[in-house]
Amino acid sequence: MARVTSLNINGKKMSVDVDATASLLSALRNDLDLTGSKYGCGEGQCGACTVLLDGQPIRSCTTQVSRAAGKQIVTIEGLEKDGKLHPLQEAFIKADAMQCAYCTSGMIMSATALLTKSPKPSRDEIITAMNGNVCRCGTYQRIVDAIQIASGQVAAKEVA
Amino acid sequence: MTDERELLETIEAERYELFEGPTYKFTFDRRDFIKAFGLGIVFIVPVTRAIAQQRGQGESGRGANERLPNDISAWIHVNEDGGITVFTGKVEVGQNTRTTLTQSVADELHVPLNSVHLVMGDTDLVPFDLGTFGSRSTPTMAPQLRKAAAAAREMLIVMAAAQLKIAPADLRIIDARFVNHDKSKTLTLAEVAKGLKLVKVIPDDLAETQPNDWTVAGRSVTKVGAPDFVTGKHRYTTDIKRDGMLYGKVVRPATFNATLVSVDTKAAEAIPGVKIVTDGNFIGVAAPDQQTATKAANAIAVDWKSPGQPSNGELFDRLRKPVTERRGGGEGGGGGTRPQGSIADGLATADKRLEQTYTAAYIAHAPLEPRAAVAEWKGDKLTVWTGTQRPFGVRSELAETFHIPEDNARVIVPDTGSGYGGKHTGECAIEAARLAKATGKPVKLVWTREEEFTWAYFRPAGVIDIKSGVKNDGTITAWEFHNYNSGPAGIQIKYDIPNNDIRFHASDSPLRQGSYRGLAATANHFARESHIDELAHAVNMNPFEFRLKNIKDERLRNVLVEAVSAFGKAKLAPGHSVGIACGFEKGAYIATCAEIAIEKPTSKDAEKKKNAKVRIVRVVEAFDCGAVVNPLHLKNQIEGAITQAIGGALFEAIQFENGKILNPRFSDYQVPRFKDSPTIEVVLVDRKDIPSAGAGETPIVGLAAAVGNAIFNGAGIRLRSLPLVPKGLAT
Repeated sequence: MARVTSLNINGKKMSVDVDATASLLSALRNDLDLTGSKYGCGEGQCGACTVLLDGQPIRSCTTQVSRAAGKQIVTIEGLEKDGKLHPLQEAFIKADAMQCAYCTSGMIMSATALLTKSPKPSRDEIITAMNGNVCRCGTYQRIVDAIQIASGQVAAKEVA
Repeated sequence: MTDERELLETIEAERYELFEGPTYKFTFDRRDFIKAFGLGIVFIVPVTRAIAQQRGQGESGRGANERLPNDISAWIHVNEDGGITVFTGKVEVGQNTRTTLTQSVADELHVPLNSVHLVMGDTDLVPFDLGTFGSRSTPTMAPQLRKAAAAAREMLIVMAAAQLKIAPADLRIIDARFVNHDKSKTLTLAEVAKGLKLVKVIPDDLAETQPNDWTVAGRSVTKVGAPDFVTGKHRYTTDIKRDGMLYGKVVRPATFNATLVSVDTKAAEAIPGVKIVTDGNFIGVAAPDQQTATKAANAIAVDWKSPGQPSNGELFDRLRKPVTERRGGGEGGGGGTRPQGSIADGLATADKRLEQTYTAAYIAHAPLEPRAAVAEWKGDKLTVWTGTQRPFGVRSELAETFHIPEDNARVIVPDTGSGYGGKHTGECAIEAARLAKATGKPVKLVWTREEEFTWAYFRPAGVIDIKSGVKNDGTITAWEFHNYNSGPAGIQIKYDIPNNDIRFHASDSPLRQGSYRGLAATANHFARESHIDELAHAVNMNPFEFRLKNIKDERLRNVLVEAVSAFGKAKLAPGHSVGIACGFEKGAYIATCAEIAIEKPTSKDAEKKKNAKVRIVRVVEAFDCGAVVNPLHLKNQIEGAITQAIGGALFEAIQFENGKILNPRFSDYQVPRFKDSPTIEVVLVDRKDIPSAGAGETPIVGLAAAVGNAIFNGAGIRLRSLPLVPKGLAT
């Protein structure tokens, strides 16, 4: 059976030894212990497993690891640089855009892709781009706020 | 302070709530605490009557042989570095109790938020607790911890004063430092705790700081530990890895209530590294990786025998055949009211009479982190990490299942990917522990989304019949209310109706059902507040004025007025309409205004294409739960509850047939998404003169009725079943 033995993750080449048909999510979580990407549904419907593949947001639960080999993978663990949070991570905290926070990694990864494509998205653009990510706690309004804060369109509201 | 029993009588009795204290109270050994916590000072608070009432016979609490005693309600440890650790049996599932309890303790101790760390939901380390449900953490746990912290503060001051050789009255704690009047003498917490091995028993009769004097509490604080969540560092149960850990998979029966006829595991056993466990009706697999475990499970040939079982179509007829009848409130908690006056007389004096039936479907919690557990045996000692709202309850289940003493089982609950009342039970923990026992290695079991939708439990479906009478001047004269199966939460009226008879009837539910955020309060509010609207229209009164005419309760009137005035009087866009609803549950008051748009269909689905789309545009909700501990998190909870409520109001429903769930996936079971999310405005009524009630649940109860009433106002169509428009609105 074909194996995948190397993946480029967060700018680093990492050795693995996984069945090529395994999901990228399983390789990240179970083989590389990068557990920031979450399992939520296994059918690409909730977005909790979102990572970037060559800059594009993908559902790692329905992506075979062989498809990711040789490409640049960015996970939630790759956003913090030199101990400094990514602006989206900062903004999610400021806007209190989480409750249980299980969806948060996927939300931030989808939002990262959006801001790369459209640095100052309107609220409608944000809603359309993020609609594939589920927050069962219902913090959608705050997530939209967070993305607007991170894109410099709205000042971080005075926490009220 | 409201008496705990009175408070409990106002909330729905969970099936786990019983009211007996322990039979005996033995003395405890202080050395146990020193062994457990090491150097520093441990402050412990003995059990009081209020706390004892929360514990029940059905729950074993701590056994006689356990490391830490049973008759202690709280403990706080000040370590040698001056760090403060608080131990509580409550768990964090996204309701942000970790944050609000930390605020309460920091507030009493006069220390910054970041010097306080909470250990939550670890049965070896924390005091016994019944569980995290019923919106109890804020009204009961926060005062307990506050009292403990206040007493600890006073005792620490005495110790520091002795060390400084000054009078305790001359010493205060400011920002984690002991300071005398002219700041000439100071000490840190670490300097007081250093080298000590002390256990201090503290009284719980010290007054807690009142809301007007709060400094750390009462303010907006973002989520404690938030950086760990936004970076993916936090380890949920599903993220835990142990040395040598295997991955589990359970082979599920073909339908509910199926019995095992035969099982052939030969093909699965041939797969290298696979261990198969068959034990009664349980068939499970453990393997070195998840793929192999799943492959092996699929290779097992099983023959199940399934009995014929009910389906959606016959649900409500079935629920109408009750097995028991209870008047007013629920079991255990009492709280029921006797019928008042006479329904016949009330109807006789009415000008208009109305009789209607309302229904609510089964819905799923669908927590984004499915049930998961990591189980590890060391000899006959079992440790299980699992996301449950009842760590001690799950520990009891494990002890019973594996025939071990409770003190041989330890349940640890990492901050969990939500619950909404859906994680009270320990099936996944038991399954993981069974596999771990058979393999002699740690086993992780994560339920798939499909398993979560099928083998967990649901919010009860229900049928509600209401018969009422009203005079032409808007006075309601009669109110007869029968709830079948969905439950007694929120069944009581705050309307002043002289003749009323309110009953809950338990039925034989075809599906496994249990707790859910707000439980039956949503269905009962939906039925009541829809019916109230119907009565208002029957006598040509404005529904807002009609409500005020029939409500005397000052707090309910207030939230109603606040919500309606915040909604404003601006003219609505064409095709838009608004509905209102109000209510009371678990000590909190709510009023909701929902503005909807009835729009041309956008769906490609043939049936939905014919029908108009109902979109919720704007929601204004006023909420009064007494003194507000953290305005930011309270708003967040209310917004979240409203968003979650959209699902049950508009489209969420479990479809089932002959023992199978037909829509056990997010692709088949619609949940609210960004596009369904309205603009939400929250009006907080901060009553510093009233003890804080919990707020995780009640904000959910108003939306469905407000939307139903808005649909009537917009389209002239009265919908009486939840969900209201799963296939759009046929106009």
